[in-house]
Amino acid sequence: MGFFKALKEGIFKNNPTFVQLLGMCSTLAVTTNVKDAIGMGLSATVVLTCSNAVISLVRKLIPSKIRIASYVVIIAGFVTVIDLLLQAYLPDLSASLGIFIPLIVVNCIILARAESFASKNTILPSIGDGLGIGLGFTLALLILGAIREILGSGSILGIPILPESVPAVMMILPPGGFIVLGLLIGLIHYIGEKRKEKKANV
Amino acid sequence: MFKEIIVISLSAILVENFVLVKFLGICPFLGVSKKTETALGMGMAVTFVMALASLFTYLLYTYILVPLDMEYLNTVAFILVIAVLVQLVEMVLQKMLPTLYNALGIYLPLITTNCAVLGVALLNVQEGYNLLYSVVFGIAAALGFTLAIVLFAGVREKLAMTAKISKHMEGFPIALVTAGLIALAFMGFSGFQF
Repeated sequence: MGFFKALKEGIFKNNPTFVQLLGMCSTLAVTTNVKDAIGMGLSATVVLTCSNAVISLVRKLIPSKIRIASYVVIIAGFVTVIDLLLQAYLPDLSASLGIFIPLIVVNCIILARAESFASKNTILPSIGDGLGIGLGFTLALLILGAIREILGSGSILGIPILPESVPAVMMILPPGGFIVLGLLIGLIHYIGEKRKEKKANV
Repeated sequence: MFKEIIVISLSAILVENFVLVKFLGICPFLGVSKKTETALGMGMAVTFVMALASLFTYLLYTYILVPLDMEYLNTVAFILVIAVLVQLVEMVLQKMLPTLYNALGIYLPLITTNCAVLGVALLNVQEGYNLLYSVVFGIAAALGFTLAIVLFAGVREKLAMTAKISKHMEGFPIALVTAGLIALAFMGFSGFQF
């Protein structure tokens, strides 16, 4: 599989949030506004791309019995790097994402890609897959974050766009996260069904 | 001291519920909540691992990482401790309590990637809890997880049997909306003042 095919499949066909339903903790926790959502998405993308690249390089050296533990250590190494970089250069973002940056280690998306893709492919497609899945994750977070920020705080990227009285604070509280994501996945199922029907009719 | 223990426990179980307010441990919460019994089993296994994890990560952090000035390695060190711990619990249960081991099945190894476990270890460091409070916080947070997952499994069982749901919303989407409504109910606790 080539670089670009892996990239495209990662964003759409295998979208980690909407299709594979992985990595829900960070998805729900950081999407109260667009800025945090993008920060989280890009951090996870960097970790995923780096860990995919390294794992695809060393995959033949690791005995299969201890492979999961080895993957986790590789991933944890990159997460620590990102954590320290964010603390140094983007302290605001680091503070608002808080504990969810170190928790990228246990984000199932990254371990799932290591196990199901990087451990079976060469480095170039693995990087493509990491970028694709990461960007798919970022896109999903961006959509959720935008909906919740517009409805919950009446703004986007901190710029107010709705009149003062409109915001429904529930949207930026935990229940709003669950409900928006549930309805969004329902909508995606609905659109998928309609497209299938259309194809069948043609 | 007793007052503090009670405050830590109550806020970890109800006010700052790990699953419904802090969004930790969502994967098992959504994945293992189709039946009440398995949900309860998962909750108990997580409680056990989280109590041990709080204890060992506290010891590791205070007596190894801090003296060596390597606090920045806490994520890597904690995840290794948790992985080893889960493996150990798995082996011990298999030998000593094979019935419980069989009942938990696949969920046991999955606890390694339950972010509530790593989360509790990291939060203990962040809050600066001592050994006793760390363990209390670990157990209380896990009980909060158990409470949430069992309540949720009860609702899902009823929902699967009786409710008529549009086929696009079936399964995962309706489960998320249900979780949202339970989270809304838990918001009621946020008014508590200690």
